[in-house]
Amino acid sequence: MRLVESRATLTITYVVLGIGLFTALFPIVLLVLNSLKSAQEIVQNPLALPEVFRFDNFARAWKDARFSQSFVNSATLTGLTIVLVCSTGSAAAYVLARKKIKAWKVVTFYLLATTTAPIQLFLFPLYFGFAKLGLINNVFAVSLVYTAIYSPFAIMLLRTYFLAVPAEIEEAAIIDGASSWQVFTRVMLPIVSPGILTVALIIGLYSWNEFLIATTFLQKQDKLTAVVSFFLLSGQYSSDWGEIMAAALIIVLPIVVLFVFLQRRFIEGMAGGSVKG
Amino acid sequence: MWLYLVPTLAINVVIILIPALLTIALAFFQWDGISAPVFIGLGNFVALWSDGPFWTALENNLIWTAIFLTVPIAMGLLAASLLLIVPRRGSTLFQVVYFLPVIIATAITARVWQGMIYSPVTGVFGYLQKLGLPIVNPLSQTSTALFGVATVDLWHWWGFLCVIFFAALRQVPQEQIEAARIEGASFWQMMRYVLLPGIKPTIMLMMIMTVIWSFLVFDFVYILTQGGPAFSSEVLSTLAYRKAFYDLNVGQAAATALVISLFGLVATFFYIRIQSRESV
Repeated sequence: MRLVESRATLTITYVVLGIGLFTALFPIVLLVLNSLKSAQEIVQNPLALPEVFRFDNFARAWKDARFSQSFVNSATLTGLTIVLVCSTGSAAAYVLARKKIKAWKVVTFYLLATTTAPIQLFLFPLYFGFAKLGLINNVFAVSLVYTAIYSPFAIMLLRTYFLAVPAEIEEAAIIDGASSWQVFTRVMLPIVSPGILTVALIIGLYSWNEFLIATTFLQKQDKLTAVVSFFLLSGQYSSDWGEIMAAALIIVLPIVVLFVFLQRRFIEGMAGGSVKG
Repeated sequence: MWLYLVPTLAINVVIILIPALLTIALAFFQWDGISAPVFIGLGNFVALWSDGPFWTALENNLIWTAIFLTVPIAMGLLAASLLLIVPRRGSTLFQVVYFLPVIIATAITARVWQGMIYSPVTGVFGYLQKLGLPIVNPLSQTSTALFGVATVDLWHWWGFLCVIFFAALRQVPQEQIEAARIEGASFWQMMRYVLLPGIKPTIMLMMIMTVIWSFLVFDFVYILTQGGPAFSSEVLSTLAYRKAFYDLNVGQAAATALVISLFGLVATFFYIRIQSRESV
């Protein structure tokens, strides 16, 4: 849709949108700019361009935030969560979308309700329960927590993809003698694979960025995620902000690059539950 | 077919449902997380009632809700409606940039604002101070700490709303827009009478989610101020966290969690009603 407007309206539009652009970019520019500066330069003027590009900030950040370990932890945690959410979620979404069970309505309501449950409602018993079972500092256990928290959202999103598959395709496969499992894995999953990819991206983003659960359940130095490791590095008093911003950029950059290339998928996915077409 | 649901439901019940039921039970016990819990009836709630920080936190959550029901929604709506005017390629670019703050980890966003903007030593605020402007770090004042934190969350959040509203606006039926245009409606009349009514369900849904999320806000407060100075920016979720893991007063933490959930529950009721009406 295009609304043709007068020159004046158009000018005001671009000015206002430009202010929005500036607002969104200003802190990000500060992040990038100061990741290349020395601590003294930042104290003098955080807005100035770097005198020389100090890439040694990145080397120090990588070492001090122990990224060679914490990136592996974050990647493992994110990968496990994606696999768990996508596998369990797509099966659940298929059954609920196709109303394969009588209680589909109850289950759907239950899952919708858990998307809005505050983490604090289950965090404390969960923590002390995990502590008793020796599951603190266990990356797999944390990925189960993420799976529980994120899968209702994933299921609601995947459900819309399953709903869009014509019933005839499924019926044809059944007439050809396919078992229910074959219909699901050989026919349905390939058709909804774009939806699964979208879910994987968004769940990956959430898991990579998550803070509260990660900082509570993964406390041992060799189990920290990249974000928590960054948080601890930046919380020290004798802070070198050039180094801290370099550490921040190391975590943010892969996400931003991925986002810029796949922005459509990200945005449609995250907006998916909220805008009904 | 139930087998397909077993993994999802098993994980959900073990991680969310059972601990949630335990939280409800724990709210009536005194427990330090280690020794045996002692039943004290409504003792935790009575203690909360006379706990100053609890009321500050509750009030802050309400202020937070009021801010987020208005400011980012207005910003998002304004930007989204203006995006309708610009050509398609331009609107995609604006959208992508507006969405960037949404995808950056909260811990990083918090630190960038703390060190590069608010800090009196290394931040833009400090630089402006040196130039003679009477500007102070909002996080260090009891009167402004909450707003300092809210500003960071606003920056992180409004782009999401903008993108959602824009997606919804584009789905308003073309015929209605054509009809309004033929009758000579200006852009603002179009907004008021065609576009805003057209996306009312989306706005409603976002407002309900805002209420739910406003009572869950944790990361930014925890990282930027730890609820301080002097509890001035404390919210219920950071208060509950502190009670459980620092004061080892798990019973009171559970009681606080129930209060958070109570507010969420009301909003959740409306959320499920809207979601199920539209999607089931």
